[in-house]
Amino acid sequence: MEFTLDKKHEMARQLFRDFAVNEAKPLAQQTDEEERFPRETVDKMAKFGFLGIPVPKEFGGQGCDILTYVMAVEELSKVCGTTGVILSAHTSLCADPIMTYGTPEQKEKYLVPLAKGEKLGAFGLTEPGAGTDAQGQQTKAVLDGDEWVLNGSKCFITNGKEADVYVIFAVTGKIEKRGKFMKEISAFIVEKGTPGFSFGVKENKMGIRGSSTYELIFTDCRIPKENLLGQKGKGFNIAMHTLDGGRIGIAAQALGIAEGALETTIAYVKERKQFGRSIAQFQNTQFQLADMATKVQAAQYMVYSAAAKKDEYTKNPKVSYSVEAAMAKLYAAEVAMEVTTKAVQLHGGYGYIREYDVERMMRDAKITEIYEGTSEVQRMVISANILK
Amino acid sequence: MKIVVCVKQVPDTKGGVKFNPDGTLDRAAMLAIMNPDDKAGLEAALRLKDQYGAEVTVLTMGLPKAADVLREAIAMGADKGILVTDRVLGGADTWATSTTIAGALRNLEYDLIITGRQAIDGDTAQVGPQIAEHLGLPVISYAEEISVDEAAKKVTVKRQFDDRYMMVEASMPCLVTALAELNEPRYMTPGGIFDACAAEITTWGRADLKDVEDSNLGLAGSPTKIAKASDKVRKGAGEKVTPDSPEEAVSYIVGKLDEKHAI
Repeated sequence: MEFTLDKKHEMARQLFRDFAVNEAKPLAQQTDEEERFPRETVDKMAKFGFLGIPVPKEFGGQGCDILTYVMAVEELSKVCGTTGVILSAHTSLCADPIMTYGTPEQKEKYLVPLAKGEKLGAFGLTEPGAGTDAQGQQTKAVLDGDEWVLNGSKCFITNGKEADVYVIFAVTGKIEKRGKFMKEISAFIVEKGTPGFSFGVKENKMGIRGSSTYELIFTDCRIPKENLLGQKGKGFNIAMHTLDGGRIGIAAQALGIAEGALETTIAYVKERKQFGRSIAQFQNTQFQLADMATKVQAAQYMVYSAAAKKDEYTKNPKVSYSVEAAMAKLYAAEVAMEVTTKAVQLHGGYGYIREYDVERMMRDAKITEIYEGTSEVQRMVISANILK
Repeated sequence: MKIVVCVKQVPDTKGGVKFNPDGTLDRAAMLAIMNPDDKAGLEAALRLKDQYGAEVTVLTMGLPKAADVLREAIAMGADKGILVTDRVLGGADTWATSTTIAGALRNLEYDLIITGRQAIDGDTAQVGPQIAEHLGLPVISYAEEISVDEAAKKVTVKRQFDDRYMMVEASMPCLVTALAELNEPRYMTPGGIFDACAAEITTWGRADLKDVEDSNLGLAGSPTKIAKASDKVRKGAGEKVTPDSPEEAVSYIVGKLDEKHAI
């Protein structure tokens, strides 16, 4: 067991750090304040291969591993939670399922431009009545000749209006399981611009405000028959498996936000003076920082270990990383919330002011406890595995 | 077209300079980076590669750790890296360094050699032009723009001065020294990093240098000796005053200058 990064991962981290500080950080405040999608940063990420990090080179990707991808999300999220989730949703929730379940033709048509960064990806599972309960799906897909006809809507979709390729889940029938009828769910690839596919409301969010969260609406939206992703009826498994990977991305985002808040606070407490000395000299500050740093370190180990487990899965599909991903996301998200809250507290009144980054970080952190499986869902996944 | 870019691994001076007790640089305590002028030179070479399909070789002299800058260059898009490293080459001044690099370059084919103007650890700006002298090549220094006419085998360079510039043309092969202002170097790519870490770095020692005398190498072959080195003396915090009127401000400043016998 090794706890040090090798040369290529060290270099990759430095690259992501430089990119984040030079490109994403200067826009972070404006992205948040104006709810502006940081298109210029995404274009630069595309140019330098960031949108295809774990995708093999034969599909236009960088041929790196999950750990490298995780470090990219982490370093971006340190300075801008919005930029971190744009990369995570694109890679884990769109490129990954097409890479895992796509036909050679689908990979050629969709994965290659996604990995090259020519197109941006999104994932549509959640509906107003189907959050944690994916069985609550109402969106339907009916086969009509050579086309699937989609009707329904999806909500809270990250990269919503900015994406070009969407992995969408819809009910395609009923299946009987132990005498009960359940919805049969299938996955589809839908392109922006398909007639019948439009955008509804844009959500005005607490945090990650630049990430373009939209409602997707399908009204007699006809897509080619060959855009079924994976087997018909396997949509639920595809969604759950995809979210296992997505959780590692969100865990990395949470870790990055926590690290960003910790770094910012360390610098602040050395500068800020009260009662004639820097607040770093007070034992309360020191003990708070010690706790924050310890938890951030623990979260980092968990996130990297989940990434390593998914890398193992890439080589041996029998390996499961579901529990490691759930634990990493649960822990990193709660650490992000705790660390950013303490960071605001240590900033005192200034921490409550928009001008200070920790204010945004605390708002950005909250979503990591909610999306891609709430903390409660992660506890369900973990406990189900322990008690099986 | 074949381009060789000479780069140097230097301590990052952003975080301040650290010294050993004997006055030499404590390189281990400082982050090592690719010298900024050299990086701009590399970027210029990579742009020529994008334009004409040139082969870009990166050459450095230094400790084995200097291979890091070659890997960085490969991760940015260079084709191969050559590290010149040998104990006998240590402690070299600009003369011994340029002799060494010229000895290495004699083994290579090139149409264009690009070096940085100067390194941020020594600021001499001597090594590039000296290499050209050793190799009998034309040199154009202080390049802020480089363009190549491949058919005519010519390089045209916009050469920077304080208050003007000069357009200078040279036939290839030649050597150009680049300014950091020349361009904004590209980022590495993640896949490029993985390839660079798997790439073979060619390593040459003293025996691989062509047509050089031992008496011109390393510390012994260096005419320059460093007597003393020190960090810049930091300025004090200063004094902040808020006078009520410009007249009061002027009289305060004049008073201070008078007090210091400056006027």
